[in-house]
Amino acid sequence: MWAYIGRRLLILPVVLLGLSLLIFGMLQLLDPAERAALYVSSPPKNPSALADIIKKYGLDQPIYVQYVNWLGRVVKGNLGWSKTAGQPVIDALKEYFPATVELALWSFVPIIVGGVWLGMQAALHHDTFIDQAARVFSIVGYSFPTFVFGLLMLLIFYAGFHLLPPGRLSDWATAIVYSSSFHRYTNMDTIDALLNLRLDIFWDALKHLFLPALTLAYVDWALILRVMRSSMLEVIGQDYVRVARAKGLSEREVNTRHARPNALIPVATVGGLLFVGLLNGAVITETVFNYHGMGWWAADAALSLDAISVLGIALFSGALLIIANLVVDVLYAYLDPRIRLS
Amino acid sequence: MAVTAEQPAWSAPIYMSQRRRLPRWLSTLLHNPVSLAGIAIVLAFVAIAILAPVLAPPPNPTNPMIIPNDGYMAQPQPPSARHPFGTTQGQYDIYYGVIWGTRTAFEIGLLVTGLTVLIGGTVGAISAYAGGWVDEALQRIVEIFLAFPFLLAALTLAAVLAPKLHNGLLSGMIALVVFSWPSYARLIRGDILAVKGRDFVLAARSVGVPGRRILVRHLLPNSMYTLLVVASLDIGTYVLTFAALSFLGVGTEQGYADWGQLLSFARNWIPDLAKYWYIVVYPGAALLLFVLAWNLIGDAFRDALDPKMRGYRAG
Repeated sequence: MWAYIGRRLLILPVVLLGLSLLIFGMLQLLDPAERAALYVSSPPKNPSALADIIKKYGLDQPIYVQYVNWLGRVVKGNLGWSKTAGQPVIDALKEYFPATVELALWSFVPIIVGGVWLGMQAALHHDTFIDQAARVFSIVGYSFPTFVFGLLMLLIFYAGFHLLPPGRLSDWATAIVYSSSFHRYTNMDTIDALLNLRLDIFWDALKHLFLPALTLAYVDWALILRVMRSSMLEVIGQDYVRVARAKGLSEREVNTRHARPNALIPVATVGGLLFVGLLNGAVITETVFNYHGMGWWAADAALSLDAISVLGIALFSGALLIIANLVVDVLYAYLDPRIRLS
Repeated sequence: MAVTAEQPAWSAPIYMSQRRRLPRWLSTLLHNPVSLAGIAIVLAFVAIAILAPVLAPPPNPTNPMIIPNDGYMAQPQPPSARHPFGTTQGQYDIYYGVIWGTRTAFEIGLLVTGLTVLIGGTVGAISAYAGGWVDEALQRIVEIFLAFPFLLAALTLAAVLAPKLHNGLLSGMIALVVFSWPSYARLIRGDILAVKGRDFVLAARSVGVPGRRILVRHLLPNSMYTLLVVASLDIGTYVLTFAALSFLGVGTEQGYADWGQLLSFARNWIPDLAKYWYIVVYPGAALLLFVLAWNLIGDAFRDALDPKMRGYRAG
């Protein structure tokens, strides 16, 4: 197994190098003036100003020179300056990634708990009304365009009832969080608020998290529900479940002690991959709710053609994806001894 | 199931059951109320797309995809006799956009799916058939593409291409194709590798059938089938993703008949959405129904093709 993990980790730098080349190649489709547009806020009055910018940032150099320069800095740990975030890419990642992790955590727990419960109900009431209702609920869920669902939530709870606002914190809370008296341990607002014993800020952060977390959850419940349903259906047909029932256990005990633990194995894999997906930034959800996390920043960077930021985010996400996939594989082999990694 | 039960055991050698698979899934689809609803909705959208010139006569028949605008007022206007679904900011008629947007949806769905299958299928087939270093290299390339977060990748490429091509629709579709083929390549590679070891392929090889012929005559037809099914059910997903690109601002141009484009106007009116609900609800409903229809068919399909589910129901 260690050999397997080692081999997978060896591929990581190769993939990341390829990824950076791919992005660099993509951006070469733009001419230097278009790439310089990022650095000017209004059209420059004389063409020489633009030429100066092109020269200053080395945008007219051949692609391999630009690439080697960039790579040289990255190897030294400098991912460059993010124009869209207004700070170094590393600092922007430190600020926005925790926000995304926070959103991912707050939506992941309801996704798993709700999905597993719904999937179990569907399986135990197979082919009845409950099963069909769960099915319709889940199909509608994963057919719902995230941004349409998000807009509807905003329409009802923000514009309609003035209850749950977009953004990450209210203005008053932002002022406190960024003041010197508030210690930011994790950059996750809900956790930092609890650590600073500020329940009012915790509550404010929670109010802002509710709608985006619900939006992510509704779209993803379907996935867990389906996996749980089919794996539960498979398990309750097995001999050991029949034995458990034959020896006189109550239906509840059979389900919770014998069927459910085994049915959860596939859920663990799918859930792991889903969490990785959430960590990679809910681009659309964060944009709709103006929630300043990595997904929001990614969309902003891509749309403004902020090459340095796109490269930074892509490398970070790519590494995260590969490592997390590996963790999920190893976890799967651990949970299910029949699986051997090779 | 009924089909197998009616058939006497002696008349069902392997090749017969192979041949019977087609009517079986088709009958499953046609007998399942869920997939029937999906098929009905897709057919309704086809009818709307065909009848668009009748349902919403274009004022400028040479370029019907541009939504006519009634003045230039900034505020959206509520539904009225003149504009049954209301208007967006800039007074684009939402009803017109929803009707003609159906054509855009089919265009995106069919073109993107077709091209992705073609590229993914070709790369996957080459990878599986050639094996060795070719396979190794292609798999690494696939891995690189899959490591790139999909939306970030598609957004960046679409944003790069749009000023070059002066065509948001085309650049959005290219971006989707460029970053969607790798998963199909992986799928078909796995399928071909599974078929490659089967007896009929060994038989063909042992009688001296040349390699390319084995690939085209034996391997591809056997694996292409799964790929086509999976891909055709992804049409809804592609339309959805393209709408997301339009919504974020890199898809079609303002005023183009496209659901995502219409929805993107809503971003400017979020605090007032309760008043301007129609700018979200109508195009949003069209998009949801379109995607839902494909997923309803797909859901029944997966059940029909999944041997585990079949075993459970039969037993």
